[in-house]
Amino acid sequence: MPAAVTLRGITKRFPGVVANDGVDFEAAEGEVHALLGENGAGKSTLSNILTGLYRPDEGEIEIAGKAVSFHSPRDALDAGICMVHQHFRLVAPFTVAENVILGDQRGEGRKFVVHPRAIERRVADLGERYRIAVDPRARIWQLSLGEQQRVEILKALYREARVLILDEPTAVLTPQEADSLFETLRVMADEGRTIIFISHKLHEVKAVSDRVTVLRAGKTVATVATADATQQSLAELMVGREIAAAQRAERTTEPGEPVLEVDNLWAAGDRGSETLRGVSLRVGAGEILAIAGVAGNGQRELAETVTGMRRATRGTISVGGRRLGGGDAREAIHAGVAHVPEDRLHTGVAPSLSIASNVVLKSYRGGDLARGPLLRLRTIRELAARLIQRYDVRGGGPDLPARQLSGGNLQKVVLAREFEGEPRVLVVASPTRGLDVSAIETVHGYLRDAATAGVGILLISEDLDEIRSLADRVAVMYEGAIVGEVDPDRASVAEIGLLMAGGSAA
Amino acid sequence: MIRVERRLQQPRWLTFAVPVGSVVVAFGLMTLVLLATHHAPGHTFRRLFDSGFVGRQALNATFISATPLIFTGLCAAVAFRMQLFNIGGEGQLYMGAITGAAAGIALGQHSGWLSVPAMIAAGAAGGAAFALIPALLRAFLSTNEIITSLMLNYVGALVINYLIFDSQSYWRDTSSPTAKVFPQGKPLPDAASWPISHLGGLVLPFGLLLGVLTAAIVWLLYTRTRFGFEVQVIGDSPRAATYAGMRTRRKILAVMALSGAIAGIGGASQDGDIRHTLDPRGLTAAGYGYAGIVIAALARYNPFAVCLVAFLLGGLQNAGYTLQGVDFPSGLVGVMQGLILFSALGGELLIRYRVRFARPAHRAEVAA
Repeated sequence: MPAAVTLRGITKRFPGVVANDGVDFEAAEGEVHALLGENGAGKSTLSNILTGLYRPDEGEIEIAGKAVSFHSPRDALDAGICMVHQHFRLVAPFTVAENVILGDQRGEGRKFVVHPRAIERRVADLGERYRIAVDPRARIWQLSLGEQQRVEILKALYREARVLILDEPTAVLTPQEADSLFETLRVMADEGRTIIFISHKLHEVKAVSDRVTVLRAGKTVATVATADATQQSLAELMVGREIAAAQRAERTTEPGEPVLEVDNLWAAGDRGSETLRGVSLRVGAGEILAIAGVAGNGQRELAETVTGMRRATRGTISVGGRRLGGGDAREAIHAGVAHVPEDRLHTGVAPSLSIASNVVLKSYRGGDLARGPLLRLRTIRELAARLIQRYDVRGGGPDLPARQLSGGNLQKVVLAREFEGEPRVLVVASPTRGLDVSAIETVHGYLRDAATAGVGILLISEDLDEIRSLADRVAVMYEGAIVGEVDPDRASVAEIGLLMAGGSAA
Repeated sequence: MIRVERRLQQPRWLTFAVPVGSVVVAFGLMTLVLLATHHAPGHTFRRLFDSGFVGRQALNATFISATPLIFTGLCAAVAFRMQLFNIGGEGQLYMGAITGAAAGIALGQHSGWLSVPAMIAAGAAGGAAFALIPALLRAFLSTNEIITSLMLNYVGALVINYLIFDSQSYWRDTSSPTAKVFPQGKPLPDAASWPISHLGGLVLPFGLLLGVLTAAIVWLLYTRTRFGFEVQVIGDSPRAATYAGMRTRRKILAVMALSGAIAGIGGASQDGDIRHTLDPRGLTAAGYGYAGIVIAALARYNPFAVCLVAFLLGGLQNAGYTLQGVDFPSGLVGVMQGLILFSALGGELLIRYRVRFARPAHRAEVAA
């Protein structure tokens, strides 16, 4: 098979970091090629180079055998390279068809007056052929995340992309949806297109790819045929050491008194419609209750309502037997509710402020951190330095802006702060999304320790592996309600997946 | 082919090189303009510099020009820090001038120890009250404060003109027959004149000292207090602030009130330091509030930098007055000031973006 994309000796430096260090990469026509690596291994930098967002400091790019140099994403698009980002690039109030032609400079998108019918027909045809049908006249905001992803793929197909890069595409999908995505990718590859599949989930890489290139610390470690590799061998290539298979820690203690009781909780989403519809649950001291579900089924609203960031329209929340008024984060914090939010960069921290500032984001008001209206900056810095050491935050000292930390270290800062408040209840949303394997281990360790110390944990996650390795009980959310509860030790992925998609438990 | 790319990081040397480069570019452009209009560039620059910054007289005049700019610059910087775009410094300054003048007239028969602080307090209160209108709308109805505060500038201008030109208000001078025909503000009593400090032949208006003191207080407030910490967090990420249980609404009201109060003191200082009457024409023509926005941007919201930039801009303004004359039209002065500001703001762009001169990309053929 001829090479569709060849990267040779790609080096890209950022201040203090070599993100790509002489990376070699080759993907053939008609193959699904997985790009595997921990966070910070250089996958994103490499894909940004390939899509013309960054220019490499050194190295060559060849597309279909011709040397190219991209000066902008436009050049990469013209060369037939499209990317489906983790965060979709779609215009929410526009229709599917409008989004598809947006930025297209070859055909319909170039015209001053657009004829929507022809585009809609073409989009519908493409959807049917690749089994990713979406109503071309639907507006993006009406679609689920899974459907939005289809629109991104349709965009690429409409532009006749030869190379399609997908960055962790399954994060927003149920296991069943992921399987159907893989089928679509297979069809596209069989037509001679090249699919570059970025992931750090080993079983997906095994399921979908022909070959795997593993990156570690900015360097190419190996390119192997998927059939010759096992999950274990890939994991070792990725991490660079042997890792123990994820194991559920045996829990010796029975959950204690309920610390969090939620009764018939309703809340409105950002668009005003009720997205949380009558959730009741209890979490005992030392217990980890996981909420599984596809993103957008009310989990975010549940987390925000329990932590006081969102006001409930109905229902009650009690912490340690005391009822909260609700809709007030400060009240929840004082009641002992800690929160590790889903969006750790913009909610969990103030990104431009220092680590020290972020460590005291909730505690700056009193104690020994402030004297009257004045902050005791030295005490704050000392506290930050102590927590940085205790939680092994790497990348910089107390004065470093939080945004410059890697995802794993940022999450450590958030956890350090939340644990420092000595919580009774911890609400954690997608705590390891986007983290690398070793950071995931660390974060999971902290969560287990907290549970052992008697904190009741409400774990909201889309990652079934995570849920199965941490949770004592699993409740599945669908369309704002809990549709079933399963035992993580006994239920199969397929069973949970079915509940996540709205089916009933067998 | 020219491309403008966002810088991924901002090299430290640029923060020094760019302002210097901007000045060089500005003078280069001005040279062209001066040559085209048959003026000797070297001589003109010399006069520009001399009349802005050299000698007692020039410096004293510059201090007077800089005083209101410090207040309006701080007014903008204080709000912008929290991503609250108070464009209403202009109107808030008028309001401060109105309330400040009222206090001065009312308490003029008492000593300066009473009337001056009263004028400052009244000016601050007037400015703050006027700023609270967009603040309340923003906090409770999510109305865009840029538009509301901007529109209120026109309201402020109408109010201040009405008080002197279209009514027999408390502020209007009605004592003499001429004053009835040619409307003007009541002269403030002597006790309402703000004290002047002398420093080795330099004359420092009280407002200038007050402005620098205000800058120091703002700096302390924003870097050392819980209040400032909350402002920083809200300015950086409102969601993180909500998450941490901060009261965002109250902070919007407080910061806008503070911002308006500072502009209001600037208005009172115009009454007490310089004009000694409520002077609608002079105030509305000066455009201090709008200049303050530029100053805050150039100073990157740093209160001490605001003082420095206000001083430089004040000198430039002041030099403009001296320069214009028979052989040097005032329009040309405006052009020169414009070029300097334009280069300074354009230079800001270079700190955040880089310009690349490159040949058109060698494009790959798309395999059909």
